[in-house]
Order: sequence, then structure tokens, then C-alpha cells
Amino acid sequence: MSILAVTEVLVAQNIAFAIIAVGVVVAGVRLVTTENVVHAALWLVVVLAGIAGLYILLAAEFTAIVQVLVYIGAIVVLFLFGIMLTRARLGEGETVNKKMRAPALVIAVAMFALMAYSLWGYFGSTELEVMGRSTAELGQTTAQVADTLFLTYLIPFEVVSVLLLAALTGAIVLARRD
Amino acid sequence: MLLNQFLLLAAVLFCIGVYGVLTRRNGVMVLMSIELILNAVNINLIAFGTYLSDATGQAFALFIIAVAAAEVGVGLAIVLMLFRNRRSIDIDAVDQLKG
Amino acid sequence: MSAPFAGSLLVGQTGDPLLFSVDAVAVGIVILKVLVIFALLLVATMFMVWFERKLISDMQNRIGPNLAGPFGILQTLADGIKFFFKEDVIPDKSQRKVFILAPYLAFVPAFLLFAVVPFGGDFNGGNDGMVTIFGRDTYLQLADPPIGVLFILAMSSLAVYGAMLAGWSSGSKYPLLGSVRASAQMVSYEAALGLSAAAVVLVTGTLSTHSMVTSQAGDGPWGVLPNWGILLTLGVPFVIFVIAGTAELNRPPFDLVEAEQELVGGFHTEYSSIRFALFFLAEFMNTITMSAIFVTLFLGGPSGPAFFGPGWMWGVIWFLAKVFIFLFMFVWFRATLPRMRYDQLMDLGWKVLIPLALGWFLVLASLEVADARQWNRWVVGAIAAVVLVGGAALLRKSVRSGAALRAEEVLD
Repeated sequence: MSILAVTEVLVAQNIAFAIIAVGVVVAGVRLVTTENVVHAALWLVVVLAGIAGLYILLAAEFTAIVQVLVYIGAIVVLFLFGIMLTRARLGEGETVNKKMRAPALVIAVAMFALMAYSLWGYFGSTELEVMGRSTAELGQTTAQVADTLFLTYLIPFEVVSVLLLAALTGAIVLARRD
Repeated sequence: MLLNQFLLLAAVLFCIGVYGVLTRRNGVMVLMSIELILNAVNINLIAFGTYLSDATGQAFALFIIAVAAAEVGVGLAIVLMLFRNRRSIDIDAVDQLKG
Repeated sequence: MSAPFAGSLLVGQTGDPLLFSVDAVAVGIVILKVLVIFALLLVATMFMVWFERKLISDMQNRIGPNLAGPFGILQTLADGIKFFFKEDVIPDKSQRKVFILAPYLAFVPAFLLFAVVPFGGDFNGGNDGMVTIFGRDTYLQLADPPIGVLFILAMSSLAVYGAMLAGWSSGSKYPLLGSVRASAQMVSYEAALGLSAAAVVLVTGTLSTHSMVTSQAGDGPWGVLPNWGILLTLGVPFVIFVIAGTAELNRPPFDLVEAEQELVGGFHTEYSSIRFALFFLAEFMNTITMSAIFVTLFLGGPSGPAFFGPGWMWGVIWFLAKVFIFLFMFVWFRATLPRMRYDQLMDLGWKVLIPLALGWFLVLASLEVADARQWNRWVVGAIAAVVLVGGAALLRKSVRSGAALRAEEVLD
């Protein structure tokens, strides 16, 4: 019974990360450039699923599944629902503001350069140790998340639930025909 | 795995999201780009949570997911309202309040 | 979903003992499990199609399929072959790529759901359903992630994509209406489904499907009854879960998505040939997986007494027997219940099931707290019941007055 060597696992993790990263970035770029709103929503699904995969790589299974459940299962469905209600026509032209393209690109690239420079300068090649530690040691088990959420951050949690209620009421008031 | 792998990927996603918010004219598309930005933040939270062995990262990511749900709900209601009043969801055209 | 890299390689991970150390044999066993589940699910789906047609014919005093094979059991195979040779039409006005993608999106979650369902093993006398294959200890289920119940909910929420995108990409009115109905219905009933599943999570104290079955296999109330979720949650979440599950499946009496009289075929009107067959298969496969989930959450999964022979075999037998009850129930629903109106559907979901599931969840939570603090269970239960009834009365009053206000607005 041979256990995979640590290096092999690291290679496997890095390959998984590379595949997910490429997929997420490509899908993200398609999301902001595609002309069709529904296609954009589908690319958003790809991005969100890839990010859920990243969470699993980071041993945060609970958040990964919540990501799938809430984001993909509810929020994007809500988007698609909104799209279907506003324009049922297939495809659609002129959703991109062409004048803004060049300045937006400059801003985005500049922001990324700044962030990359500071991140690299500060964290350099800090290792992220997931291997060889249990989820309990990483503080990522569902029970630990629940304890953090309902003991340390109980009041913010209650505030979020009130926020959701307010959003629900607000959405109904806004969308009501009167 | 390096911590920076995740942080840099999050930075890329954040910037793609910013590009989307700036170039899109369609209200729904702008909301989707904002989702991209929020997710980039979530990646950072989870990565730091794992790095520091602390569940707080996950707890905050869950808060962000909940707030994102509220934001999409209200945002889409506004977009629907716009569509109902103007038969268009081009947000560049909604500038009557400009002074 | 937990098996990939990080999850399986963490030391001291709870879950399937097979994955404590990963080597060629372990990978082989996992692949074997995948193949067995895939093949069995496909065969079971074929059987289900035949079973539904035959049973519904009996209930309607007809004969049903009887020509292909004994009792017409090969009818589904014949239909499948016919589908293969039909012309594959993709409408001109459709969104080609999405149109092709949609059937697969409907099909895949149905399979994925089954990955976390324990379908066999010996759970008697404190055993935890372990079996030994090729000298390795493992569970008779593909994966045992620590968040299995959430995985089930996530996959059932993904099922909406198939219907939604199929309807939208067809570029035609009826499918679009069907898919708008589908998405609204499935999102609405998702909440009731999740809340009633949460009740079982509360009483069993675990999110893993395997631990859930293990805890349900013990002795239950008064030592005679089984320790099943349906009894521990006092029945109500089970009823809600069955109703919401039927709505999630878009099966009668909640099949407004494909109401023939109003919407022709609903979201799959424009589909033909093998693409239609995929939708058809996905629908029946979902029926089977949903039944398996009912069994896992509420009826103790594969646990049950073993009589002779190997214990794991009795696990499989009990599991299949319990699933069969629900398959029969679904067909029975279809044969006897008239389809609901759309506003009735939404009223039932939002004004009855969700408040009831939430209220019941709170009652169960208060009982848990009572046990933990050693308060009197009955007093706490009585107070909780009074609060529940009071809340229900308030809700009813507010719904009534809201309806009255709306009626006045219409008159004005």
C-alpha cells in the first residue's frame, strides 16, 4: 500500500490549479467580451464553478458547496430569469460601450500591475501548506466555520439576515406593478 | 502551492471584473461583472483563511455570498423596473438625474 | 466532489477509508464503482420507463406495452433504438451551441446525485456498512464527502439549467414559457426542500450521507421502532420533502413545465431524436435518484435486518425495496392527481411549505436544546407547538388580508 509522495501531490495540486486558473481566466474574459447576455451568464457559471474548485484545493469544502448552491443554483438562475423577462429575443447586439474599451483596458491592466507588484513584493513565494494537515487543523471543518459564524460573528450574521429580508422586501416593492 | 498563486489569480479576476463594469452598457451585464469582483475577494479570503488556519476567512466569504444574493435581488428588480419604464436596460441612457 | 486533491490527501480525514491511501488498487475500485453505478442507473432507468407505463396502464384499466419481449419489458429498448435512427432537427432560429449543450446539462446532475447515495452494506450490530473489495475496506457508495447533504441540494439546484436553457435556446414561444415556469418552480421549491433536509441534519447531527445512514441504523424510539429520519423529525419534514421533491422533478401533479394542453411539450418541444431521448432519460433517472435520496434521508438508507448470507447483500436488497416504494408512489401520483394551476403551485410553495418547514425546523431545534439543557421535553414541545400554531394563524391572516387588498385594487 504505497502512499503518494508529497512531491507528487504538490505536482497534482499545481496541475489542478493551472487547469482551473486557465479555465477561470478564459471564461472571465469571455464573460466581459461576449455580445450575448445568456452566453455571458453561462460563462459566469464556468467562472463560479472554477472558483468552487479552487476552494476545494484550499480545503474549504463547505464554502465550495455553498458557492455552487447559492451562486450557480440561485443567483445565476435569477440572472437568467431576469434576462428572459427583459428580452426573450435570442442574441442581441451593441451591449459593449466601444468608446470605453481602451480606457477601461488601461485601467484594468494598471490595477493588475499595481496589485501584482505589491502582492509579489509582500508575499513573494510564501508556501501555502495544505498537504499533511487535516481540515480540523486548518480550521476549515464545517463545525469550526459554524462556531465562528454563530459565536464570534453572531451579530453580523443577524444583520445579514435582516439585510436579506430588506432586499427581499425592496425587490418586491420595486418589481410590483402598481 | 504558493499563496501568491491564488492572490494573483484573484487579482486577474478582479481586473477583468473592473473592465466589464466599465465597458458594459447592459445593466444585467454590469451586475455580472460585479459578481466577478466579489468572487475575486472571496478567493482572497479563503486563501488567507487556509494560510492562517482560521475559519474566519470562510465565515466572511459566506457573508459576501449572502450580500451578493441581496445585491443581485435588488439590482435585478431595478433593471426590470428600468425595462418596464423605458423598454431598454442600457444604463448609459439613464442619466436624467445628471445636474 | 470531496475526493479531488486536497480532500482525499488530507491526513485523518473522515470518510471512505478507501481514500486514506491512494494507489492503483484504490483508483481501480473507484473506477469500478463508477462503472457499476453508471450501468445500473441506466438499466434501472429503462426499467423505470417500462414500469411506469405498465403500472399506469393497469391503473387506467388498459394493457400497456406488451409486444416487445415478455410483458413488453423491452419496449424502452425498442424506443431507444427508434430515437437513434430519427432525424436530428436543430431549428434555424435556435441558439445552436446552447441548444446542443442543454440536454447534457439536464442529464449530468442526475448521475452526480447518485455519487453520494449509500446503496448497500451491513449496518447491523454497530457495523458501519464497510465492505472489503480486493482486500480494501470501503463503503458501498461512490463518495462520502463531509458535506454530502449539501451536495445533494446543490446538484438538484443545477438540474434547473437543462430545462431553462433548452427552453430559451429553442427560439420559440412555448419552450420559453415552459422554461420560465420551470425555473420559477424549481427555485421556489428548492427552499422547502433544503429546510426539510436541514431538519434531518439537525436530528442526526451530520452532513455526511454515510454517517446519516449509520446513525439511522441504531435502535430508535422505545427500542422497537427504527431510528429513521421520518420518525425522529416527527413526519412533517418527510411530507414536505416528498411534495417539494416531486415539484423539483416536475412530475405530476406539478408538471406545469410541460403541461401538454397549454404548452405543447414545454421546454423540449423543439427537441427530437437522441437529444429528446436524453431529456426523457434524465427525467426518469432523476425520479430514481430522488427516491434514493428520500430513502437515504428519511428511511435509513440500506439499513435493515440481515437474515442469511452476506450482510452487505441485505443492505442492497433493503435499499432497492425502499426505493421501489417511492417509484410506485410517483407513478401513483401521476395516475391519480390532477395537475395544479400555476398560482396554486406558487401559493403551496411559498405560503404553506416554506413557512411550515421553517416552523417545524424551529420546533425540532427547540427540542434539541431542551434535551441538551435537560429541560422537560414535553413542556418545551407544547410551548413550541403553541407558538407554531400562533404563527400559522398570523400568517394565514396576513395572507387573507393581502388577498383582500389585492382584490380591492383590482375593483378600483
